[in-house]
Amino acid sequence: MSRCVSLALLLATCLATSAHAHRLWLLPSATVLSAPGDWVTVDAAVSNELFYFNHVPLRLDNLSITSPSGSKIAPQNMSTGKFRSTFDAELSEAGTYRIAVVNDALIASYKENGTVKRWRGRPEDFARQIPANATELRVVEMSNRIETFVTAGKPSEILAVGKGLELVPITHPTDLFAQEPARFRFLIDGEPAAGLEVSIIPGGIRYRDRLEEIRVTTDAEGDFTVTWPNPGMYWINASAQDDRTGNRQASERRLNYSGTFEVMAP
Amino acid sequence: MRKKLSLTACALLTGTATAADLNVSIEIPRLNVAEYHRPYLAVWIERPDRSVAAHLDVWYDVNLKNHEGAKWLKDLRSWWRRIGRDLRLPADGISGATRAPGTHELRFSDRQPAIARLAAGEYRLVVEAAREVGGRELLEIPFRWPSQSTQRLEARGEHELGAVIVTLTP
Repeated sequence: MSRCVSLALLLATCLATSAHAHRLWLLPSATVLSAPGDWVTVDAAVSNELFYFNHVPLRLDNLSITSPSGSKIAPQNMSTGKFRSTFDAELSEAGTYRIAVVNDALIASYKENGTVKRWRGRPEDFARQIPANATELRVVEMSNRIETFVTAGKPSEILAVGKGLELVPITHPTDLFAQEPARFRFLIDGEPAAGLEVSIIPGGIRYRDRLEEIRVTTDAEGDFTVTWPNPGMYWINASAQDDRTGNRQASERRLNYSGTFEVMAP
Repeated sequence: MRKKLSLTACALLTGTATAADLNVSIEIPRLNVAEYHRPYLAVWIERPDRSVAAHLDVWYDVNLKNHEGAKWLKDLRSWWRRIGRDLRLPADGISGATRAPGTHELRFSDRQPAIARLAAGEYRLVVEAAREVGGRELLEIPFRWPSQSTQRLEARGEHELGAVIVTLTP
């Protein structure tokens, strides 16, 4: 019982700072560009209103930009301000780029000499930073993917990562049009995430009264279909939890996905 | 009057009497705006399932240095999706410079491979225009090919395009 309570408390405290209370997002300046050699700039923030940076910036420590051929592109002009982070990317190859911030973290609570301590950090720092005399150790693994896609020229195929919770496009993510259905698949560690609840929210929240959220549930293959009501930027979010932890001392894994997709007017 | 004469002369010279013609007249309206740029414009023929049957024309800033005018081709959104992103531009016989406000006559016939390849059936002629610091407009004119009689089919734009007229001659 006490284990349950402390874990719940721990999660409540930790999640409050991320997925629970706020939305994490990347916002590219464009998702469809005419040719290689074009640039995009991307805002990265955590806020309630999509897509307005008015709360805290999204940290870019774990940013990676993958080119159509699979190589890593270095972001340029990175900066983090009061409300948002920003960076540029030069799209020198034709095709589709994956821009993703993937945060893998461990959250731990333990007692050291009778005092309750909390720790949050990278999995590789865990063993070094948790004292050997820690008792009542509780560990939760967090895996959080925030991403978007941009295309220079002709769209190219998006390959699954195979790790954590991810969205695999069946309809190409930079070929989305209002009034048309689009199909996507959610995977957890490369396997279909069946029965997953998915939330789809159009941007521009500040200037309307209703959230206009679209809720869908994935089928046995992990698939879902959405017909975009209007053109604009959309935020797709889902979360899952299981006990398939990478850290042997972690009892639970919490997975979260947040993707930004642009829907064009037909 | 002069235009009519030259058209007749052209018909005589090329012997269009024996060819099935598909002529397109496109009006680019004169707009009273603070900053005017000539529109990018594309013309193509679609099948009922929206697949492209013939790509006829695309006008853009072909003469900017480093082919910089190509940067805005994506703003012809439908054309970009159906045709543009798969093309290498400039393409001979298809891409051309932007044109000034006025009426522009495009003449096609089944002597041209793009038209000769059209199987008998239902089609749509599509004209899409997008203007820098302006708007974008798309018009569709359904037609049957080949035409049994001379037909004049018209659509009218509201802001970026004026009258678009397709004239079919058997």
